Amino acid sequence: MTWVLANLGQIWELTVAHVLLSIAPIVLGFLLAVPIGWFAYRFRVSRGLVLTVCGLLYTIPSLALIVAMPTILGTKILDPLNLIVTLTLYAIALMVRTATDAFDAVSTDVIQSSTAVGFGAWRRFWQVELPLAGPVLLAGLRVVSTSTVSLVTLGALVGMSGLGYLFTNGYQRNFPTEILTGIVGTVLIAVVFDILLVLIGRMLLPWARVDDAARRGAGTARVKAVAA
Amino acid sequence: MNLFGDAFRWILEPSHWTGPNGIPNRILEHLAYTGLTVLIATLIAVALGLYIGHTGRFRGIAVSVTGAMRALPTLGLLVYLAVLFGLGIQFALIPTIIVLVVLAIPPLLAGAYSGVQSVDGRTVDAARSMGMTEWQILWKVEVPLALPLILGGIRSAVLQVVATATVAAYISLGGLGRYIIDALPVRDYTTVLVGALLVTILALVLDGILILCQRLTVPAGVRAIRSSPGQRSTTKSASTVSTAA
Amino acid sequence: MIRFDGISKRFPDGTLAVDDFTITIPSRTTTVFVGSSGSGKTTLLRMVNRMVDPTSGSIHIDDDDISTLEPVALRRRIGYVMQNSGLLPHRTVVDNVATVPLLTGVSKREARAAALDLMDTVGLDRALADRYPSQLSGGQQQRVGVARGLAIDPNILLMDEPFGAVDPLVRSELQQELVRIQKDLAKTIVFVTHDIDEAFLLGDQVVILKTGGRIAQVGTPAEILANPADEFVDTFIGAERGRRALSIQTVNGKEVVVDGTGRLAGILRSPTPESGRSA
Repeated sequence: MTWVLANLGQIWELTVAHVLLSIAPIVLGFLLAVPIGWFAYRFRVSRGLVLTVCGLLYTIPSLALIVAMPTILGTKILDPLNLIVTLTLYAIALMVRTATDAFDAVSTDVIQSSTAVGFGAWRRFWQVELPLAGPVLLAGLRVVSTSTVSLVTLGALVGMSGLGYLFTNGYQRNFPTEILTGIVGTVLIAVVFDILLVLIGRMLLPWARVDDAARRGAGTARVKAVAA
Repeated sequence: MNLFGDAFRWILEPSHWTGPNGIPNRILEHLAYTGLTVLIATLIAVALGLYIGHTGRFRGIAVSVTGAMRALPTLGLLVYLAVLFGLGIQFALIPTIIVLVVLAIPPLLAGAYSGVQSVDGRTVDAARSMGMTEWQILWKVEVPLALPLILGGIRSAVLQVVATATVAAYISLGGLGRYIIDALPVRDYTTVLVGALLVTILALVLDGILILCQRLTVPAGVRAIRSSPGQRSTTKSASTVSTAA
Repeated sequence: MIRFDGISKRFPDGTLAVDDFTITIPSRTTTVFVGSSGSGKTTLLRMVNRMVDPTSGSIHIDDDDISTLEPVALRRRIGYVMQNSGLLPHRTVVDNVATVPLLTGVSKREARAAALDLMDTVGLDRALADRYPSQLSGGQQQRVGVARGLAIDPNILLMDEPFGAVDPLVRSELQQELVRIQKDLAKTIVFVTHDIDEAFLLGDQVVILKTGGRIAQVGTPAEILANPADEFVDTFIGAERGRRALSIQTVNGKEVVVDGTGRLAGILRSPTPESGRSA
C-alpha cells in the first residue's frame, strides 16, 4: 500500500496511457466492424469470405502481430501505432461475427413490414436494423472492450506504456505488490469501461430492457403452457 | 529491408532444426504446454458446463465469473504467480499452466453450457417422458447434440492458449515464445518475426485440425437440419465469443 | 384402468392448474380430455407417467398407487406421443422407434426388427427407416412418434395433442389411422386435444374440462351431444352451433339434413344407431 501511495503519480500516468491505448482500438474496431458485419449479413456470397478472413485474423497470436507490425507498416518498433492497429484488427475480427449474428437476429417479419410501409434501404438500416441489432452489438462490444483493455498490457513486452509496465518492471524487481497493482488497475479499467457501455446501452436502447423482461415473461408463460 | 524474406531463410536454415533451441523442440514444448493446459481446463470446465447446462443452476454465477476471468490480464497474472512461487525453471511451469488454464476456462465453459442449453427443450422432455434417466438424457441426448458447440469451445480455448503460451518464455520457460522474448532486447527483429510466424502457422494448423473434428462430430441428423433451408433456427446457437491474447 | 382421486396441482408460481379432479379411465378404450388452454388437460396427462406429480390426491394404475412406483421404470412401460413428436434429431427413424426397447436392454437386432414392424403398423414406408427426423414431413414425424410410443407394447398410451401441428388433411388421415390401430391393438389411450371434433371422433369416453381441470361433463360423444350438462358444454360443443344443430327437411320427397344456418349438411338415408356420433 505504501508503495502504491508513493507511486500514485506514475500509476496514474500509466493508467491514462492505458485508457488512451484502449479506447482507439475499441472505437475504431466497432465503427469498422458494424458495416463489414452488415455487408456479410446482407450479401450471402461475401459472408463466407468475410467470416473466414476474420477467423484467420483471430488465429494470429496478438504478441506475434504486435512484433510483426513494424515490418508490415514500416513503423518503428516502439510506435504506439503498432499496438493500436493490432488491437483494432482483433476488435474487428471479434466484432464482425457478432455484428453479422446481430443483424441476422433481427426478425425478417419486421424488416419486410418496414419495407412494406415504405422505408428505403438507407432509412431502414438506421431506424430499424441498427437499433434492433443493438442489444447483440452491445454484448459483442462489451467482450471486445474487456479483451482490448487486457491485451494492451502485452504492449509492455515491446516497451510500450500502460499498466503492463508494472508487470515487466515488477517481475524484474521481484516485487509482487507492483504487479498486483497493475492487475487490479487493468481489471478496474475493464470494469469501468463495461459499466459505461451498459449505461450508454440503456440510454440508446431503452426498450431493450423492457423487451428482455417481456421475453422472460413470455418464456415462463411458455413453460407454463407446456406444463398445462 | 525484407524482414519476411530473412525470416523464411532463417526458418529454412537446417541448423535451426536441431538442438534445444531448434524449431522442432520449441514446437514440441509449445504443444506440450498447450495440451496439458487444455486437458486440465477441459476436465474442469466441461464438467461444470454440462452440470450448469443440464440443471440450469448457477448460470448467472458462471456468466459473471467467466466475465471476470476474461478481464484478468494474462501477463500480469503470470508474472505475479511466478514471483510468488519464486524463480526457477522447475517452478515456472506451475504458474504458466495455472494462468493458461484460467484463460482457457471461459470459452470451454461457455461452449459446454450454451451447447447443452441450445438443445430443444421439447426433445429433452420427450426423452424424459420415454423413461430416460437424467444421466441417459445427458449422455444420449444432450451431449451428442451439444458436441459441435462443446468442440467450438475447445477450439477457441486451444487458439487462445497457443497464442498466449508465447508469454511463458517471459518467465524463462521454453516454447516458441523464446524466439520472440530472447530476440526483442537485442533488436534481432528477424528472429522475432520467425517466432511470430511459427506461432501463427501452428495456430492455423491446429485450428484446421479442430475444424475438421468439429465437422466430423456434428450429429448426422443435425447436419441434415442444417442443409435443409428454412429449418436453421433450431441449430442457431450462441457463438462463443471470447478473448484471445 | 387408471383412477384419478381428488387430484390437485398447484405450480410453484401459485397457479392452481388442477383442482380436485376425480375420474376413472376404463382399460382398453380411448378417453379424450378436451378443453381450451389453461384447462389443465396436459398437466393431468403428464401425471399418469409422473412427468408432473400432483400436489394432493392419488393416481392408481390398476391397483398400484403410482406415487409408490419409480418414475423412470413407470415411464418405460407407458407409451407417450407428443405434439412435436419429440424425436431425437441425431438418431435415424428406426433408432428413434427403438429407443425405449434399447434402454431396457433388448438386443439391437431384435429392437430394430420390431421397430420395422411397427413402422408397418403406423403406415410408414420401411424405406424411411434410415432417414433422420428432419428429413421427414410433419405427418411422417408424427407417425414415427406413434410408433415409438407403441414400441414397448405398452398397455397405456398417452397422447398429448399428437396431431395438433399438422395440416387438416394430414390430421384427418392420422386420426383415421389411429382409429384403425386402436381397433387392432385395443390400448388404454388417454388423448388430449382442444379440438372437440377430434374428441368426438376418437373418444369412447370424452371428458370436457373447464379452467383449473374442473370437469364440465363426462360421457360418450352421443351422451354429451344429446344432453349437454350446462351452458358451458353447450357453447363448447356447439362453438360451431350452426353446424351441430341439424334438422331434417324434406326436399323432393327425400329427407335432407340441414344445419342451423340453413346450409345443406347431408342426406338422411336410414336411421343408424350411432347417428349422433358422426354428426
